Amino acid sequence: MTAPMTRQAPPSRRVFDWMLLLAIAAVVATYVRAIVFTPVERLQGPAQKIFYIHAPSAWVAFLAFGVVAFAGAMYLWLKDERLDRIAESSAEVGVIFTTGVLLTGPMWGKPVWGTWWTWDARLTLTLFLWFVYVGYLVMRGALDDRAQRARFSAVLGILGSLLIPFIHLSVYLFRTLHPEPIVLKPSAPSLPGEMLTTLLIAFLSFTLLYLALVRARYRLGVLRDHAALAEEE
Amino acid sequence: MRPDLLRAAAMVARKDLTIEFRTKTAFFAASAFTLLAIVIFFFAWDPTAVSAIDLAPGVLWVIFTFSGLLGLQRSFNVEHADRAMDALLAAPIARESIYLGKAAANLVFVLAVQVLAIPAVALFYNAPMGHAAGGLALIAVLAAIGLVAVGTLFSSIASNTRLAELLLPVVVLPFFVPIVMAAAQSTGRIMAGRPLAESASWLQLLAGYDLVFAAACMLAFPYTLEE
Repeated sequence: MTAPMTRQAPPSRRVFDWMLLLAIAAVVATYVRAIVFTPVERLQGPAQKIFYIHAPSAWVAFLAFGVVAFAGAMYLWLKDERLDRIAESSAEVGVIFTTGVLLTGPMWGKPVWGTWWTWDARLTLTLFLWFVYVGYLVMRGALDDRAQRARFSAVLGILGSLLIPFIHLSVYLFRTLHPEPIVLKPSAPSLPGEMLTTLLIAFLSFTLLYLALVRARYRLGVLRDHAALAEEE
Repeated sequence: MRPDLLRAAAMVARKDLTIEFRTKTAFFAASAFTLLAIVIFFFAWDPTAVSAIDLAPGVLWVIFTFSGLLGLQRSFNVEHADRAMDALLAAPIARESIYLGKAAANLVFVLAVQVLAIPAVALFYNAPMGHAAGGLALIAVLAAIGLVAVGTLFSSIASNTRLAELLLPVVVLPFFVPIVMAAAQSTGRIMAGRPLAESASWLQLLAGYDLVFAAACMLAFPYTLEE
């Protein structure tokens, strides 16, 4: 049972992706600000600069997997193939950002905590998130039927989001080293103003990068389908 | 829940258990695997550094998930022979009944293996468990329900993919993480003679997991079948 491919307008021939370029420029600008214009943290020194990659990547990872679950649930309801493609694109981008979190974490942890890896609650949670969505991508690769792949992926995407609170709770019952959230406390943010501004800019530019990458990946999926269709004809 | 849903589920479960009872292939395979794994694990540590009784809970619950996978894998693979799945889908029963029936049969299977595994661990690891039998039984039932709820759904998914046997562990093991953690932690405590109340938060976690995933997986199951 193969669902008919949705006929969409052929994507524009221009390779130029203005949004991706803009997002990359925004991230670069964020870094210039973070490295040159933001004060060096007194105790941690330059190592703290990694914070401006680490925290926004973690935010994007959670956003991406939220989108996977939401698009999956909407797919089961509306059966619109575009939703499945959004979920697929978002999962791929999410895995990349999660990998970024898992790589920058140890780099920051070594100089600051004195260890590359620790079974801290949030670290462990991120690692398991990574496993869930790598499994998601492996499963997609093992399915040929489009409608079946979309349904299975939606189910896994939704169940994955249900799993997160349970993993969080179970790893929390082990004690944790990680700093408590210090940013989203509107009453009394404990981060100095300069750093907070840089961090918020980093959140925005990373979100833009996420959107641009999902859009690029989505268009790639559409192009691939057109190529496959053209080959069949 | 409608009574006919449960009646149909009971029929599906009885069918699966009859197949298993007459062939006994999966049960013997899973039992042999469990015993082997328990023995092999024993030699993977230096007995002078880590005492066997400290290893026992971890070994027990890690092996529980792996031997559970053996039974789960089979759950939907048997339906692919002679396309029996088509007959099951054509039967005038709700698809939720298929899920519930399969899950119930898997639960019996997993618990039967556990009935063998727990005394085996007690014997080989010289870990007396008699005083903790009640608590252990509670943990085993709670852990098995969660394992089977998620595992049955993903067994249905994995059996439809090209990777089949390879895909199931990759997708399902992250889901078993909270189960293994909660079961192993609470088992360790009650084996050390501490009161069950001390493990209350772990047991609540297990019970919550069972409720959420049994409901979610039953709702999601129809989407994993041909429409």
